[in-house]
Amino acid sequence: MNFEFSEEQNLLREQAAGFLQDQCPPSAVRAILEGAASFDTELFRGIAEMGWTAAAIPEKHGGLGLSYLELCVIAEELGRVVAPVPFSSSVYLATEALLLAGNDAQREAWLPKLASGAAIGTFALAEGTGQPSPNRLETAYENGCLNGTKVPVADGDIADFAVAVARCGRGDGASLYLVPLDADTVTRTTVATLDPTRSHARIDFDNARAESLGAAGEGWGLTRRILDRAAVLFAWEQVGGANAALEQAKEYAMGRYAFGRPIAGFQAIKHKLANIYVKNTLARSNCYYGAWALSTDASELPLAAATARVSAIQAYYFASKENIQTHGGMGFTWEFDCQFHYRRAKLLSVNIGSERTWQDRLISAIEAGQAA
Amino acid sequence: MDFSDTPEEAAFRREAREWLQANVPSKDELEGLDEVQRAKLWQMRKYEAGWACIRWPREYGGRGASAMEQVIWNQEESSVRVPQGVFAIGQGMAAPTMMAWATEEQKLRYLPPLASGEHIWCQLFSEPAGGSDLAALRTRAEKDGDEWVINGQKIWTSGAQFSNYAILVVRTDPEVPKHKGLTYFFIDMKSPGIEIKPIRQISGESNFNEVYFTDVRIPDEQRLGAVGQGWQVAITTLMNERLAIGSGGGLGFRQVFELAQRIEIDGRPAIEDRSVRARLADWYVQESGLRFTGYRAMSALSRGEMPGPENSIGKLVGASKSQDMASFAIDLLEMSGIVTDPELAWRSGMVHDTFMGAPGLRIAGGTDEIMLNILAERVLGMPQDVRVDKGIPFSQVPTSAS
Repeated sequence: MNFEFSEEQNLLREQAAGFLQDQCPPSAVRAILEGAASFDTELFRGIAEMGWTAAAIPEKHGGLGLSYLELCVIAEELGRVVAPVPFSSSVYLATEALLLAGNDAQREAWLPKLASGAAIGTFALAEGTGQPSPNRLETAYENGCLNGTKVPVADGDIADFAVAVARCGRGDGASLYLVPLDADTVTRTTVATLDPTRSHARIDFDNARAESLGAAGEGWGLTRRILDRAAVLFAWEQVGGANAALEQAKEYAMGRYAFGRPIAGFQAIKHKLANIYVKNTLARSNCYYGAWALSTDASELPLAAATARVSAIQAYYFASKENIQTHGGMGFTWEFDCQFHYRRAKLLSVNIGSERTWQDRLISAIEAGQAA
Repeated sequence: MDFSDTPEEAAFRREAREWLQANVPSKDELEGLDEVQRAKLWQMRKYEAGWACIRWPREYGGRGASAMEQVIWNQEESSVRVPQGVFAIGQGMAAPTMMAWATEEQKLRYLPPLASGEHIWCQLFSEPAGGSDLAALRTRAEKDGDEWVINGQKIWTSGAQFSNYAILVVRTDPEVPKHKGLTYFFIDMKSPGIEIKPIRQISGESNFNEVYFTDVRIPDEQRLGAVGQGWQVAITTLMNERLAIGSGGGLGFRQVFELAQRIEIDGRPAIEDRSVRARLADWYVQESGLRFTGYRAMSALSRGEMPGPENSIGKLVGASKSQDMASFAIDLLEMSGIVTDPELAWRSGMVHDTFMGAPGLRIAGGTDEIMLNILAERVLGMPQDVRVDKGIPFSQVPTSAS
């Protein structure tokens, strides 16, 4: 047993942190928050050049064939800087769906492009309000075409293709479909969200040509596996963000004087920040377990992923809101960067299912382990 | 990173598991023995087979095992029912302090009986006027030839009534600022002039005591560290205390989960209730987060790092978790939740024991609030509180009495 990242992985972390410090300062995040662009194309190109989009893709498909531990390291650093790029949609979701369910032709068609950053993929599950479930899906596939509406879809307005979860024919089961998004039969509308640093869209499919990804009727099981894997990677982003929020709060508290001394010296502030540290540490430790389960495809992955996700949701939300509180009125102003974390924390706490959903999955995983 | 056993670790785990299965004391063996006798029986059995204090060097009664072997042993020992307690302070706090500060001769003499369970140690730190502000302790030690003469009072001393030895911090110089006037000793609890009075807790039990000193004499060779260096030595103990208490047992996630499977809400198992699932998930997340934080600390220890202030997390989170889980379990039992009668209560009232014991856990070994201060100051590097006693001779510091 060994509960640490390797020296090489720590080196990668340093490189990643250095690159992002240069290429993704707060001003880059703010430019996307305030501007019309959907994402930071320059940054995403740099990320692809660093090989991060290729990290977990096998070498025969143009990837680097690294382990998922490396991808966790990268995820944490991207989360720390609140990177305004479609990395998670393309890498944690679309790439994983192809690796998990794609046939040779599908992999060959898309994985090299995903690896090089030439293509962006996404995963289309939600259909408006409410928790998605296989028997509530309205998007349906028949005779080679997809009909229905998916909203919100992360990076849906910029992605080249989507992996969509839909009903197959008149049957009850759900399946995954690979659908190019550049056709006339696909209408994409950018939707406003809590976190404008990550673009989202409504996608209407009107007899859009699509092909099955994985066996018909297996879509819901595949979706769960994809989300379990993505949950670990998103949790690392959340831990990265939560720690950045803690550092931001601390830095401000150390420099802000009131009653003749830094507010960092008051127990009300010290205890607040210590409580953030506690939640962050628990989340990080749970993420270690998740990272290991992901990298080894361990049978404990559903439990490890749910544990990491619930822990990381709680930590990042808490850190992001108490960071604003520590800044006082300034934290509530548009000019300050506290809002980046507050927005991103909430996005990441619902994007692949809410805290409540994952709490339920956590207990289900324990029940399943008991029955086994 | 690898959460699975190497072949060597797997072999070690198998060996540990087989030994445990063959040697766990039977009900008959424990029949008629009190808590201390039971714990001593189990400890001696482990010691004789080389399974006591396995991280300690062999010459001190241990096994010279690695940090990861300690993790494995803890996992295996906690999966069987064996007598616990009474040795946590001696083995978990006094021993690491002795290892860091005692002479080789003292280590060879005092550590093996700690490992075997022959000796029980207690900790004489807290005082009526020195709790969270531990360094404000007032018990005096005055030099008399080769001996020190102790007068004063300690409080909250767990296990003093059955301990053979104790670790002790006293004031040797009241004319310097408070942290600088302290000195650290170990002491024979049978020394003349020591008087022990039990304290009754809210649970009705008496696990801890007041200990009074009247002209108690300690040989100077039982001093650990230099005169005036007591605070520094005490930090060694306190760092290890946080490790020792953090791993404490009691009511866990597994028990509450099983209760929720058994109890019904509206004719259905409580575990099917969404709000129950959410609460349980939160505790699972805390419990597993603490477990893996502990493992990560062991990885650091195995590289030779000392336990650091970040270990304050274990006790801080664990104590409140126990308290809240016990409260929740009582709620799950609905109207009968209040029944503590061992014949009628679920698991003979284990939930109630935890409920009534948890407030003490949140205070012992540094209150929640002190833990938060430690994390903020020593881990995050935030400023200390403004202290009106800083730099002032201890004798001139205002007190409640003045």
